[in-house]
Amino acid sequence: MAEFLSLHDAVARYVEDGTTVCMEGFTHLIPFAAGHEVIRQGRRDLTLIRMTPDLVYDQLIGAGCVKKLIFSWGGNPGVGSLHRLRDAVEKGWPQRVEILEHSHAAMACAFEAGAAGLPLAVLRGYVGSDLPKVNDQIKFIECPFTGERLAAVPSIRPDVSLVHAQKADRQGNVLVEGIVGVQKEAVLAARRSIVTVEEIVDDLDVEPNACVLPGWAISAIAVAEKGAYPSYAHGYYDRDNRFYKEWDAIARDRDAFTAWLDDNVHNAGGQS
Amino acid sequence: MSTEYTSSEMMTVTAARALENGMTCFVGIGLPSEAANLARLTHAPGVVLIYESGTLQTRPDVLPLSIGDGELCESALTTVSVPEMFRYWLQGGHVDVGFLGTAQIDRYCNLNTTLIGDYHDPKVRLPGGGGAPEIATNAGEVFITLKHSKRTFVKDVDFVTTLGFGRDGKGRDGVPNIGRGPTRVITDLCVMKPDPETRELVVVSLHPGVTREDVRDATGWEIRFAEALESTPEPSARELAVLRELKEKTNRKHAGDA
Repeated sequence: MAEFLSLHDAVARYVEDGTTVCMEGFTHLIPFAAGHEVIRQGRRDLTLIRMTPDLVYDQLIGAGCVKKLIFSWGGNPGVGSLHRLRDAVEKGWPQRVEILEHSHAAMACAFEAGAAGLPLAVLRGYVGSDLPKVNDQIKFIECPFTGERLAAVPSIRPDVSLVHAQKADRQGNVLVEGIVGVQKEAVLAARRSIVTVEEIVDDLDVEPNACVLPGWAISAIAVAEKGAYPSYAHGYYDRDNRFYKEWDAIARDRDAFTAWLDDNVHNAGGQS
Repeated sequence: MSTEYTSSEMMTVTAARALENGMTCFVGIGLPSEAANLARLTHAPGVVLIYESGTLQTRPDVLPLSIGDGELCESALTTVSVPEMFRYWLQGGHVDVGFLGTAQIDRYCNLNTTLIGDYHDPKVRLPGGGGAPEIATNAGEVFITLKHSKRTFVKDVDFVTTLGFGRDGKGRDGVPNIGRGPTRVITDLCVMKPDPETRELVVVSLHPGVTREDVRDATGWEIRFAEALESTPEPSARELAVLRELKEKTNRKHAGDA
């Protein structure tokens, strides 16, 4: 049953050094507040999983929290590079980050397989791509019924998944609306999960087919108002596309990044 | 009628014209998204646009900066999860055209969005595959649009992120359940199509004012030209007006004051 905790306490309890952590949200509902709390608590040697690392992983990588990254598209959407990711991969600053890269289709399938409790995902993918040459987690199998050659990747099973959602009720049931990405799969695939929400309400007031995560499938819930900013929360606030553009200049320079991190994360208290 | 336009506008309008009413198009972010929405707002109001964020049949008022801007979801017929998008809608065979951009392309239409240089010691690290590897093989066909230069048009890509026709042009031969692959490449200089036999790209149409020399100078291999080389029709005043308005609205929105 979901326990209501402060974001500080939820991260302190469930995110340990050296564990495999997934923060999902496909462009939408990216759990920035949770990511910043992980940085503030100085976690190290994390293996981070996320389809689109986005600014949140750029920040975690630049802050030195990350040993390994599993991803499928590592750019600043519509803007360009993730400069902290590039600096870590190309120059080893602040430390070398090992990368394991997939395609979106493979990662989406691997999340789904993780949620389904299967060891692997099968897809019609990676045909003719060089990615299997550089990622030993991509294999090919023969369909036992048709003989077709299909790609196989291991399912994703994080130690802990962190996602952000619009709201929870007082029983800890969570509503996710808009672009739902792989949030449900990320939570169900993980051993533990933390869901940050914009607000707690008396009644979720949902339609029958809404994307609802039952409280008994979640470890902890923490309120984090504007917890997805500068990404967005459908129905609450818009994506700050201007900040995504400004990030390019901040992240390009190590000193500018470090100053930004100090001002906006380290010295920003418990809510950023 | 002669209207002033830029080579970028020429590229977008030409790319937009490749889409037809009734097509279902899986749209990449950036130039493909600009072209696909221009098509929807001009000659192909019935084109179905799908983005990998799960937004199905979307009709945004402004161009999204990211593949998952709220605009896409709000204006969509419905929004599905990302696994559903890739498994049911793309792999399930419901996409006619994948519309992609790229950082590098080679003579056999292979795309590289992974890195320049050696994989374990990259000169430039690029974002990676994203949706492209499976869009390119599971969609019925693929349109590609990008700016023409020696840096982008190389003889052999450093890394095949996404299959065109492979290193030898035969990468799709004998593969079951695979799409036709790239059928046209639209740049700011010309339109290219793969040779039906060898699969090597051939220039089929030059944009107005562009010479063969211009294309040769911007291509990293001995590019061939079709015998019946055409001249790409100029953008119409309406296409230009719609494109400019769309871009202006988009810039205002992304600057944060709309």
